[in-house]
Amino acid sequence: MASRTETFYDVMRRQGISRRSFLKFCGLTSAALGLGPAWAPKVAEALETQPRIPVIWLHGLECTCCTESFIRSAHPLVKDVVLSMISLDYDDTIMAAAGHQAEAILDEVRETHRGEYILAVEGNPPLKDGGVYCLPGGRPFKDTLTTMAADAKAVIAWGSCASWGCVQAAHPNPTQATPVHEVVTGTPVIKVPGCPPIAEVMTGVLSYMVTFGTLPELDRHGRPKMFYSQRIHDKCYRRPHFDAGQFVERWDDEGARKGYCLYKMGCKGPTTYNACSTVRWNDGVSFPIQSGHGCLGCSEKDFWDKGPFYERLTTLDPLFVEADADTVGGTAALVAGGAIAAHAGVSIARRTAQRRNGNGTGNGTGTGTGKGQGPGHSDTGDSATRG
Amino acid sequence: MTTMSTPNGFSLDSGGRRVVVDPVTRIEGHLRLELNVDADNVVRNAVSTGTMWRGLELILRGRDPRDAWAFTQRICGVCTGTHALTSVRAVEDALGIAIPANANTIRNIMQLTLYVQDHLVHFYHLHALDWVDVVSALNADPKATSALAQSISSWPLSSPGYFRDVQGRLKAFVESGQLGPFRNAYWGHPAYRLPPEANLMAVAHYLEALDFQKEIVKIHTVFGGKNPHPNWLVGGVPCAINLDGTGAVGAVNMERLNLVGSIIDRSVTFVEQVYIPDLLAIASFYKDWMHGGGLSSQNLLSYGDMPVRANVHTNDSLMLPRGAIVGGDLSTVHEVDLTDPEQIQEFVTHSWYTYEDESRGLHPFDGVTEPAFAVGPNTKGDPATRIEALDESAKYSWLKAPRWRGHAMEVGPLARFVIGYALGRPEFKEPVDATLRHLDVPIGALFSTLGRTAARGLECQWAARALKGEFARLIATLKAGDTATANTDLWEPSAWPTTARGVGFTEAPRGALGHWVEIRDGKIHNYQCVVPTTWNGSPRDPAGNIGAFEAALLDTPMHDPEQPLEVLRTIHSFDPCLACSTHVMSPDGQERASVVVR
Repeated sequence: MASRTETFYDVMRRQGISRRSFLKFCGLTSAALGLGPAWAPKVAEALETQPRIPVIWLHGLECTCCTESFIRSAHPLVKDVVLSMISLDYDDTIMAAAGHQAEAILDEVRETHRGEYILAVEGNPPLKDGGVYCLPGGRPFKDTLTTMAADAKAVIAWGSCASWGCVQAAHPNPTQATPVHEVVTGTPVIKVPGCPPIAEVMTGVLSYMVTFGTLPELDRHGRPKMFYSQRIHDKCYRRPHFDAGQFVERWDDEGARKGYCLYKMGCKGPTTYNACSTVRWNDGVSFPIQSGHGCLGCSEKDFWDKGPFYERLTTLDPLFVEADADTVGGTAALVAGGAIAAHAGVSIARRTAQRRNGNGTGNGTGTGTGKGQGPGHSDTGDSATRG
Repeated sequence: MTTMSTPNGFSLDSGGRRVVVDPVTRIEGHLRLELNVDADNVVRNAVSTGTMWRGLELILRGRDPRDAWAFTQRICGVCTGTHALTSVRAVEDALGIAIPANANTIRNIMQLTLYVQDHLVHFYHLHALDWVDVVSALNADPKATSALAQSISSWPLSSPGYFRDVQGRLKAFVESGQLGPFRNAYWGHPAYRLPPEANLMAVAHYLEALDFQKEIVKIHTVFGGKNPHPNWLVGGVPCAINLDGTGAVGAVNMERLNLVGSIIDRSVTFVEQVYIPDLLAIASFYKDWMHGGGLSSQNLLSYGDMPVRANVHTNDSLMLPRGAIVGGDLSTVHEVDLTDPEQIQEFVTHSWYTYEDESRGLHPFDGVTEPAFAVGPNTKGDPATRIEALDESAKYSWLKAPRWRGHAMEVGPLARFVIGYALGRPEFKEPVDATLRHLDVPIGALFSTLGRTAARGLECQWAARALKGEFARLIATLKAGDTATANTDLWEPSAWPTTARGVGFTEAPRGALGHWVEIRDGKIHNYQCVVPTTWNGSPRDPAGNIGAFEAALLDTPMHDPEQPLEVLRTIHSFDPCLACSTHVMSPDGQERASVVVR
């Protein structure tokens, strides 16, 4: 069967794409994956020898924001992903077939590609009352999910619904909405959280799996380290204002207009592991903090139940800039409770001292701000707090 | 007895063959259709079932009302932002918060951006395959395709070589044997009527629109930080404006405004040179397929949206009009009041919820939601394993049945355009008349599947142009020295009354959307949403009135009931969004779920 042997490279060549363009694509792909140019030949080799991998994309209780995010991908373009990288054989949101014709595809792929296809899951199954709160195809979603997962090569849990439960699982979780890894056993589950995840993170994870035929390195929660190992706060371009003790105090105040730190407005960047402050959103245009609103922490487990969004954080040690999600675990959070407030306090104290010394800047004193940030962003503040 | 007449004037015959379409794909969420077709394969009974429910309003209870926009935004990621906007308006209405002019304009820009992107994606990626045969495009002559494209538009991507490349890529894709999202579909179905060249042109634009839609939403990213699910703020918008001062790079500045302006210009061009010409070209081949009118020639409802003047929510300020048309009488546009307990009411006789008295409807301020899943005695199959056929004489959907003064209503772009037309507003009347003239069809043609689809296209064009106007308004306000974006006078809960309640409204791309909130002691006490697809996809009410989906499917001839192309075409014309579903709170705030599976 031709479909079993045709590779991504074959398809691209048949579409009239030159080898030169193909290699350029491989270079861009490896760059997008954070692998560097040395990996481009490996990417090329992988794509030359592998057929398009079947992907089944199921929807449970969800809002379709993950699909909407996926189609925003700028590199690779989603049309190239769907036409040339994967074989998206089932996705309720965009597939042409419906009803019996759609349902039949699930059985066909499960039987003809046993152990070979990727199961992508958007949303989650409600377990309460036998699952009657989600009945696509006339049967509980949990049954479709577990059946399709059993024969999949791997499961991708798209977004916070599939990864953690998300909004329908927020207290009191009326339908007992349950994340995918608690229902699926025996097949590896890779979590790509966020509400939704960033488009290029989604296509990046998928391209990695297709290109290298393996899962990317995961942290102990099952998230790809390449996108989820550092906190938004660690890479935030407003971090110097945090360190300098320059905060937005009210919406649309002078600090807001100058792009000061949003910590006091409830920003959850210091406790959120995601790529927003580096990859950014929608082809790198911006991310929540850059557009003036604090991070909601939407890629974190149970973020809906971690207090009001506009209440400032008082937990978690902010100082492990290089620590990843594995080393800053729940235990560390408990031990370091209150540290971030202390850190902000130290920043403010230091800034006050600077002002007294004539070295800092008051709120809104114009051009002096830039100069004031220099010393404020040095390591002294951090080491002082560490001490 | 298998035949009956509904009070709203439709005949139902539940004899004949029962056909099930589940899942209905190319929509948001989970929808099931069951149809009875007669010996000639004409639909004589239609049953529309929402098959998912999440209970978001129960989850909102006890939360900070300033957070509600983020929760309700997650009702739908396709019409992202519109629930958030409705929510901040509801909370501002309850607390008496007035927003600055710039915040109003930026909100309008964000809502109009959603309209342009969502309508475009709906037409090309959710709806086009009901009209366009992808495989037929392989038989097209690229030269003739180029001639066709150039005859209807000045869009530059129209050379024979361009269409040859697209066709080559499609050919390789089909020949790979891995058809992906086009697998197992209805290619070659006799209900497809476009010549191969029109199909190839449409396939090319399907791909172009997929590339372009991601550009449009960058406007949300500028003002809201991301899309889907940008950020909003009670009292204004979160993005501050700093045009030329220190730190302007950290706010909305000239570069950001230029990005927005440039996207708006490109959006107008794409809609006018690609979407509208395609729509008219495709419609010209289907103009005698006049099925799917349903309720549209009778009852239409719109709450209105996009206030020109901040905090003024009357028709003289709303760019999209508010009003109701009943019984097809276009001479009278009734006033709509979302706070009047006699106007909007929801019924649950055929919904998987229970009321103490199910013969009565409840206004959303008094709304009750107790989930009560139970299928009727004539159900075939078992919900625990698989439902084969539902029993519509009993409860059969997770959607409630909202009614306006007792009437089942259709909402959406067609409703908005007809109401605007009936009010004599030229911005709606002129494009409608021009389109009818272009296609050489009478005004009655509006009330059809194709009319719904055409109205959405015209509205997309209206929205793209309105974006230009709102952007100019923003610049003019900034030029006058006003850069305020948020009113924080009532930000702190200590400034709020002990109890307050309010209504927020928008016109989501799919239709009228309302949120009703009650705040007590700084927390949400009750929150209710009535969403567009609840109006359109509603099950029957106690009187037996059928909703817009069910009405529109009646009398549709099917070539082959096993291949539901014609039915999908009509359902997609509504752009269904099922994740919205409905409510879950009893008056005492206790969740009282009861589940009976018979």
